[in-house]
Amino acid sequence: MSDLSLSAGAAARTGRRPWRALVRWESLLVLAILIDFAINAHASPYFLDPWTLSDVTVSVVEKAVVALAMAFLVMAGEIDISVGGIIALASVAMGLVARGGSPLPLVVASGIATGCVAGGVNGLLVTVGRVPSIVATIGTMTLFRGVAYAVLGDGVLKTYPPGFAWIGQGYVAGPVSFELVLFAVLAAIAIILLHATAFGRRVIATGSNPEASRMSGIATGRLRFWLFVAVGTAAGLASVLLTSRLGSTRPSIAQGWELEIVTMVILGGVAIEGGVGSIPGVVLAAILMGLVTFGLGLLNVPGIVMSVVTGTMLIVVVAVPAAVRRFGPERR
Amino acid sequence: MRELIAGIMSGRALRTREAGLLGLNLLLLVAIAPFFPAFLRPVNLAGVFDDTALLILLALGEMLVLLTRGVDLSIAANLAFTGMVVALLNQYHPGLGLVPVLVLSVLMGAALGAVNGLLVWLLRIPSIVVTLGTLSIYRGAVYLASGGKWVNSNQMSPAFLGLVRWHAGGVSMLSWTAIVCAALVAVFLRRSILGRNLYAAGNNPAAAAYAGIDVGVMQGAAFLIAGAIAGLCGYLWVSRYAVAYTDVASGFELQVIAACVIGGVSISGGVGSVGGVVLGALFLGIIKNALPLVGVSPFFQMAVSGIVITGAVLINARGSRASALRILERRPA
Repeated sequence: MSDLSLSAGAAARTGRRPWRALVRWESLLVLAILIDFAINAHASPYFLDPWTLSDVTVSVVEKAVVALAMAFLVMAGEIDISVGGIIALASVAMGLVARGGSPLPLVVASGIATGCVAGGVNGLLVTVGRVPSIVATIGTMTLFRGVAYAVLGDGVLKTYPPGFAWIGQGYVAGPVSFELVLFAVLAAIAIILLHATAFGRRVIATGSNPEASRMSGIATGRLRFWLFVAVGTAAGLASVLLTSRLGSTRPSIAQGWELEIVTMVILGGVAIEGGVGSIPGVVLAAILMGLVTFGLGLLNVPGIVMSVVTGTMLIVVVAVPAAVRRFGPERR
Repeated sequence: MRELIAGIMSGRALRTREAGLLGLNLLLLVAIAPFFPAFLRPVNLAGVFDDTALLILLALGEMLVLLTRGVDLSIAANLAFTGMVVALLNQYHPGLGLVPVLVLSVLMGAALGAVNGLLVWLLRIPSIVVTLGTLSIYRGAVYLASGGKWVNSNQMSPAFLGLVRWHAGGVSMLSWTAIVCAALVAVFLRRSILGRNLYAAGNNPAAAAYAGIDVGVMQGAAFLIAGAIAGLCGYLWVSRYAVAYTDVASGFELQVIAACVIGGVSISGGVGSVGGVVLGALFLGIIKNALPLVGVSPFFQMAVSGIVITGAVLINARGSRASALRILERRPA
């Protein structure tokens, strides 16, 4: 009896503090989203149209799908810089399969499978090869995109089976796109996995203290391997969405996405050192980045200038709490 | 079986990583020689070195940051921004000559590096997060500075273009810059207190702090120096390729990190040498220059460098486990 109350009390104590911090972080993101929403609505009369709002989700959803899986990986203390390369490789693989006249399910499966295998390569390098993940995936980033270039050169692939375009361009109901529904479902699964299962606890534990986690019986190597596979698979899925939306493929697609995806994850409150983070935070960060990018687009700001805004946002969002912690009045 | 592979890969046969790398570089040259004797002509080798000089310079700066357990992803963006600003300075005030260009490139690069350093030092934000942010900001700033326009060679003064092309002893000024810079960094790391402290701060931050070394200041200093080198490279790059535009050296930071890692710099800090970094950069440079000769299509080159980088990184991870803390000198300083 006393045991039970003790453990419940302990759970409440350890559970309450991070939760409060998360609420604060996420409310900060919500506030930023509301402010940006107001600015966008003020800047353009077309912004509040449901179809415009639906357009906001285009392209950011593809990055967000990868960011969901990446959040798990970063929380476990690893990182994957090669996702852009995986997307390009999977896209070229799909293009080749489709050119051979394969049916729709096979084309989609080939893209996802390519991502899965590429993620496995990363996982093996990190767990069996003992290469630090940032170094390993810098290498495979060049490798995956390099293979895509080697196969396709400066060519373009644009024959796809009928129905393929719907995946990235179709709408389920009114202005609600299939991409958006898919992302919502994946986000719900990710929330449950991280916040309500033993698997999620293991991911957090591995990121907080890999050695202690291993000692307490978590197969950290296997866990990290499968997380790399998950990120690769998510990149394969993003590749399906992107290729379908563009209707063609080149080896240069999704260039630089890895940095945007990592930015999304960090903006969502995931600590780059691992062990801390929440999926709702990542989803909010994705919405915020989508809104800001789209809002700047409405104002005819070129894409490269948006990178200044994204970069500033990332630093400010991380620096302000850090500065408050370090120089704030409540420092004990 | 695994032990055997690990044993071979850990470099038990090769005394040190530098010797191994040197052997690997020579092996590459020997392999190329029978097919393309011209590749080994001094003129061509000087050309290869000239082509690799910028990678060497940037890798030297990156090594300092890696030594302190940081990573600088923003150096290529710093290079592009500084390069564009000095190119614009030269375009609109060609009469000023070269001295202001050189001074501005170093100072501006150092200032951009200091931004990284201050955020890492004062706010203790992980360097990968800081430089991911400044990477985007600096890259966008190139566009803001230039309005998206290019600065072409006909808009650059002869002096601006001439310096890197000036040859002394058959070796270009750009190569000499890399050689001198490598020597300076080597002396700095071996002989100066700050240099030794950089190693100590990265090797064991807690012990370094007890020994009276401010680890944060060391990280800040590493970013400052790396930024100054990147700024200088901004001028050198723009001048060598005779063009400045927004996407100059885009993604080059990852090649720089690859050169460091191949050269034996540990990503977890405290381990690395100038010799290793120079050889690591040359390894990538020789491969890059030899591939077109061997008849590898340009589209295969990226895949081949990917295989090389991944393989080298894998071998390095094997090697470093056998010799942790190797950098600490046995004899008391």
